[in-house]
Amino acid sequence: MSVARRFAYTFMKEVGAPVAMRAGRAGKKKKARPLKPHFGPPLKCTSRLKEIMTRHYFLSRYAEGAKPVAWVTSGAPVEMLRPFDFYTVYPENHGALCGAQRMGPELCSVAEEKGYHQDLCSYARIDLGYFLSGKTPVGRLPKPDLLFASNNICQTVVYWYRVLAHHFKIPLILFDTPYNFQEINDRDVAYMVQQLEEMIPTLEAASGRPFEEHKFKDVIRMGKEAAHTWGQVLATMKAKPAPMTIFDAFVHMAPIVSLRGLPVALRYYQTLLSELEERVSKGIGAIKNEKKRLMWDNIAIWYKVRDFSNLFAEKGMNFVTATYTNAWSETIPHMHANQPLESMAKAYSLVILNNNLNHRLRLMEDLIKAYDVDGLVIHSAKSCKPYSVGQYDLKRLLLDRLSVPSVIVEADITDFRTFSEEQTRTRLEAFFEAMEG
Amino acid sequence: MKAEGYFAGVDVGSLSTETVIIDSTGKIVGYSIIPTEANSTQAGLESLEKALLKTGLGRDRIRRLIATGYGRVSIPFADKSVTEISCHAAGAQHLFPDAQTVIDIGGQDSKVIRVGEGGKVLDFTMNDKCAAGTGRFLEVMAAKLGVSLNELGPLAEQAREEAVISSVCTVFAESEVISLVAHNRPKEEVIRGLHRAITNRVYSMVTSVGVHGSVTMSGGVAKNQGVVKLMQEKLGKSIYVYTEPQIVGALGAALLARKSE
Repeated sequence: MSVARRFAYTFMKEVGAPVAMRAGRAGKKKKARPLKPHFGPPLKCTSRLKEIMTRHYFLSRYAEGAKPVAWVTSGAPVEMLRPFDFYTVYPENHGALCGAQRMGPELCSVAEEKGYHQDLCSYARIDLGYFLSGKTPVGRLPKPDLLFASNNICQTVVYWYRVLAHHFKIPLILFDTPYNFQEINDRDVAYMVQQLEEMIPTLEAASGRPFEEHKFKDVIRMGKEAAHTWGQVLATMKAKPAPMTIFDAFVHMAPIVSLRGLPVALRYYQTLLSELEERVSKGIGAIKNEKKRLMWDNIAIWYKVRDFSNLFAEKGMNFVTATYTNAWSETIPHMHANQPLESMAKAYSLVILNNNLNHRLRLMEDLIKAYDVDGLVIHSAKSCKPYSVGQYDLKRLLLDRLSVPSVIVEADITDFRTFSEEQTRTRLEAFFEAMEG
Repeated sequence: MKAEGYFAGVDVGSLSTETVIIDSTGKIVGYSIIPTEANSTQAGLESLEKALLKTGLGRDRIRRLIATGYGRVSIPFADKSVTEISCHAAGAQHLFPDAQTVIDIGGQDSKVIRVGEGGKVLDFTMNDKCAAGTGRFLEVMAAKLGVSLNELGPLAEQAREEAVISSVCTVFAESEVISLVAHNRPKEEVIRGLHRAITNRVYSMVTSVGVHGSVTMSGGVAKNQGVVKLMQEKLGKSIYVYTEPQIVGALGAALLARKSE
């Protein structure tokens, strides 16, 4: 790490970023937002969130050479990296951002032209497309010194990150989590703990910093508290009317995904929680006329978040819970600072995508009951096989057991070439008719 | 008892457009089936005019009209548009009150609907983004084999054996058909194989919704006895087919028009 780069990074963090953010705020104030007739007042926190995420990507340009940089999968135990002061970049979060800006097909095509198949996850194709072309809406991502992946979300990340390791010629740390068929046993935990222990020397070498246990325990405490607060944020949607929609949560989840274990994430969710609690106490709903409450399954359809948000709000239907947003708080009770490695092994291996279908069925039943859900929209995502497998069975079982109707939308997280507007509209309209009838 | 008057349903599908006119008791007094061609609005209008002509009624006698089908939004003279899923459920339930499973194979989509009390849609599934398992699949193959759609069923009856069509993709299956014909496979056997392919494809949709109560089939493909027979074998139960299975969606639309008035 060069001294000059470190100085430039510190300068941009302390002076450059705040100035740029202030300039951004001043510029935005001039624009009056059009009123949305079906929605309640917008969340005040949204501007703060945008600032945090813009700052994160803005500073990342200066991180290269100033701090150790790691590219990390969404399910990896990032708490391991924090004590070494890694600047972490989440290609999946970047992929979602590209998806929301409708850049998915463009970046995917770059990867496809190099031989990566259309059936490969579009987050992976976007990331490889970015790597191959340098195109991104965020300016530039810092070159990594280390790659950190866990197969608790899918097996694709293993091969995707190997490709990155090959190109960048840098170390890849893979955290292998045994799949939870029934329950994880002591041997599984011991196997994972050993991996976490073995990572430490590699992380020390890549960062040039020694491992400090007290720092690590602080990170675990803070990460746990942030995830817990995120869980409380989601739980405010149990209120009727719900103070936010799951489409808001899809956006507001960015810090818990990519800034987990950092103080900024915790502070942000504390602020958001108090705003939501205030809305609940005043009876302010995210949408004006909440007639039906829905649950979302699977990753968001990033290029459709706004359209769907408007479409459902018009019908007086509000998404109040999702298995997806819930995933970042679900296993957090397992975390304990006094047994950091064991507890992390459990918290990270019991996540929804590394867990069996019975677990998913129970989880969905619990969410439906807790949030008083009337219907379910299931996104069958072409990219995400582990999330999409079993959805037809879950759909049928939930209808039989809880009489909750549902609709399946066949789409993709970012690659809208797989999205059929007309077919989706018919399916959703039929769902609306069934819900209203 | 509802007041006197008539109700209409117009189902603008990808290949054909149907209109059904019912009286206030729900009895069908007239219907029409025409090809949709390039203009959905025009097809809807012509189909309505044709059905009215058969009944001898004027447009002013129609108290309420519901449009359905993929062109439902392009019918400016409709009082309301409702999806074909709700309409097929309503139509099927009216014709066969004990039917709880509706299999509709239309021109460009196929669907399986689980119907509850009062024609309410409990669950449904539709084919994904390709023509496998739709009427279009059979139409392409019939053209390739030089036979009309109506001949497919009777010809399949005459087959001694059955050709294997392994692809569900319409384009690839067409290549298979060309290859089978080139190898002098009798077309009866090829047709039987095609019926098997479409049946298997739709059957997988049936299993995803589950079979509940009696089963009914609608849509143009339900006219094909060969497909109905194979589906019955596969389900292990008989299937109700209305004498004019193509108009079930339009009938449902007319019934919903009567109900919603």
